[in-house]
Amino acid sequence: MKIVVLIKQVPDTADERTLDPATGWLNRDAGDNIVDEINERALETALRVKDGDKSTEVVVLAMGPEEAAKAIRKALSMGADSGIHILDGSLAGADAARTAAVLAAALKGAGADVIVAGNESTDGRGGVVPAMVAEHLGLPLVGSLASLELAPGKVSGERQGESGTLSVSAALPAVVTVTERSAEARFPNFKGILTAKRKPVATLSLSDLDVPATPAHTVIVSHSERPARTAGTKIVDEGNAGTLLADYLVENRLV
Amino acid sequence: MENLTEDQQSIVAMVRDFATTALAPHAGEWDEAKHFPVDVLAEAGTLGMGGIYVAEDYGGSGMTRTDAVLIFEELAAADPSIAAYISIHNMVAWMVDAFGNDTQRAAWLPGLTAMTDLGSYCLTEPGVGSDAAALSTRAVRDGDHYVINGTKQFISGAGSSALYIVMARTQDNGSHGITAIVVPDGTPGLSFGAEEKKMGWRAQPTRQVVFEDVRVPVTNRLGREGDGFTIAMKGLNGGRVNIGACSLGGGRAAFDKSVAYLKERQAFGGPLIKQQHLLFELADMDTELETARTMLLRAAAALETGDPDTVKLCAMAKRVATDAGFHVANQALQLHGGYGYLSEYGLEKIVRDLRVHQILEGSNEIMRLIVGRLAVED
Ligand SMILES: Cc1cc2nc3c(=O)[nH]c(=O)nc-3n(C[C@@H](O)[C@H](O)[C@H](O)COP(=O)(O)OP(=O)(O)OC[C@H]3O[C@@H](n4cnc5c(N)ncnc54)[C@H](O)[C@@H]3O)c2cc1C
Ligand SMILES: Cc1cc2nc3c(=O)[nH]c(=O)nc-3n(C[C@H](O)[C@H](O)[C@H](O)COP(=O)(O)OP(=O)(O)OC[C@H]3O[C@@H](n4cnc5c(N)ncnc54)[C@H](O)[C@@H]3O)c2cc1C
Repeated sequence: MKIVVLIKQVPDTADERTLDPATGWLNRDAGDNIVDEINERALETALRVKDGDKSTEVVVLAMGPEEAAKAIRKALSMGADSGIHILDGSLAGADAARTAAVLAAALKGAGADVIVAGNESTDGRGGVVPAMVAEHLGLPLVGSLASLELAPGKVSGERQGESGTLSVSAALPAVVTVTERSAEARFPNFKGILTAKRKPVATLSLSDLDVPATPAHTVIVSHSERPARTAGTKIVDEGNAGTLLADYLVENRLV
Repeated sequence: MENLTEDQQSIVAMVRDFATTALAPHAGEWDEAKHFPVDVLAEAGTLGMGGIYVAEDYGGSGMTRTDAVLIFEELAAADPSIAAYISIHNMVAWMVDAFGNDTQRAAWLPGLTAMTDLGSYCLTEPGVGSDAAALSTRAVRDGDHYVINGTKQFISGAGSSALYIVMARTQDNGSHGITAIVVPDGTPGLSFGAEEKKMGWRAQPTRQVVFEDVRVPVTNRLGREGDGFTIAMKGLNGGRVNIGACSLGGGRAAFDKSVAYLKERQAFGGPLIKQQHLLFELADMDTELETARTMLLRAAAALETGDPDTVKLCAMAKRVATDAGFHVANQALQLHGGYGYLSEYGLEKIVRDLRVHQILEGSNEIMRLIVGRLAVED
């Protein structure tokens, strides 16, 4: 089986994340950029298939700046076999539609049985790229799975909702996305780290891909900083704290 | 840190990730419950930590001594007790790798490198510590077997280990009459004393290992008869650098806590960090740690290249780093005032754990003895 995992390099959520005031784009130099944790989980799903069947081929695909090569390297150290890096200056500021069109163009010739992505990235949080990719490729989307099983020709899994759990399945090829409830990613081992450099990474520019040069359909008109955190709500117990607390939680839809 | 290769940066990042998620959150609890987390060690094994500088053919990671220093520093920043045990285990795995023949390596290394089989190093005896060449545990040849009798004292990992490398006397000619023999767990006649109650290193067992007519095949011998002392000392060269790196990691954790604490703690109209005396204290601590790091990396490079000054540099680095680690941790406790004395703040554990690094793998007095003797040697 051939599995392609879509990985996005994002700023570490442990650092403070800021927007560039001029472009409204994410300021990527502000802190460490890492493989999105959700994509590490997507990769884990693929690697577990490979653990069981060594003939499984796992490829990671990332569109991003030069530095995204590091994210690919990390994925290779965890156990992916090879990487594809779409690197092209003209893609800076690409919106979700453009990102999806480009990723789909790279996937067209890849012959993947299954494409695994995160359900949404931790920076853009659009949650739409995988669906758009599926649309471009004419493949079913099996989205937001908390657990899944990949068997030859078939993917099945569970999607957790507010009111219950759905069991879903589809014939392969398909696009699958996983949530943060899916299996926790492994650490790369020393051998993986030391051999990652030797694994092949194909770097593609837009001219290598059959994708029309469309401008971003969406532009950022304005943005504002999140207001500073205000002091929290304090409940003073005058014998009714329990009720007040419960009311507060219900009112703010926290339960 | 400067001068690290890209691979080393990735290695440090991974070990830090592992240490902060798999060790740090449990360190206090393991210390209190005297729990030896063998499952977590096996997990570390899957990451390649069971044979860091063991050749790759039987599962080792084939990395350098410098890599090992970086790794042990990170592990110890989360838990010196576990890091130190892993360092002893690596010393054992390396001794099998370096001095074992291919049959022995094939038999023992896969389990050791995976850390599904743990290793113990048995040199010290109840009556013999620093003067190790005077050891009296005896191995007598009987056909194709050795019959071992004697008692080893203070053995790390004893009772949990699968393999014990035992330094035993095969001839009465001092250090030249000592032989290294591998005794597998479960061999009849092998037994263990009670777990010692200790100041620190509580997340790993220390016990006596008792040999009563323990019969093992002659093929369990590492190297030749009489090579045991040399093998034991060569193992310790690396062990000393690794234990020094464990002190560095523990000291660094204590230092980092102190910086954060002094910035936050208010007294005399501002944060304590405003007191220049305390700032100078931090400067000295940081300098001591960097000095230790420099010495350790230099000794590691010497081990790697087989530098003629290896023994000296390892002894110096061990002394400097284990003194620095303990001093910094103790000073960090002081800087935390009364809170430093409470277990909750995690400092008193570091102090307790690092204290023994000044005593074992050759006490710091013995390190001076080694350095001094080499200095005046003709
Ligand atoms: C501050 C900021 C402002 C933005 N403003 C806009 C805007 O105004 N309009 C707009 O349309 N978009 C905007 N974007 C989104 C855009 O730039 C996205 O980052 C990008 O198109 C991917 O969308 P996403 O991150 O929402 O992906 P999602 O759809 O949330 O990603 C889901 C999954 O798709 C895969 N994936 C996504 N991107 C990639 C990639 N580059 N390479 C490989 N796999 C990938 C991953 O598996 C990921 O987990 C903004 C992003 C940021 C950070
Ligand atoms: C927790 C723990 C774990 C250990 N794990 C192991 C293990 O796994 N395997 C193992 O083999 N051993 C182990 N040891 C033993 C350790 O290596 C010895 O305790 C150490 O070598 C010191 O020996 P000793 O205790 O017999 O002290 P002694 O040799 O009796 O020394 C007592 C004091 O005298 C000093 N001294 C001795 N000789 C001289 C001299 N010539 N000049 C100046 N000062 C001198 C020493 O430095 C020390 O301060 C462990 C010890 C402890 C506490």
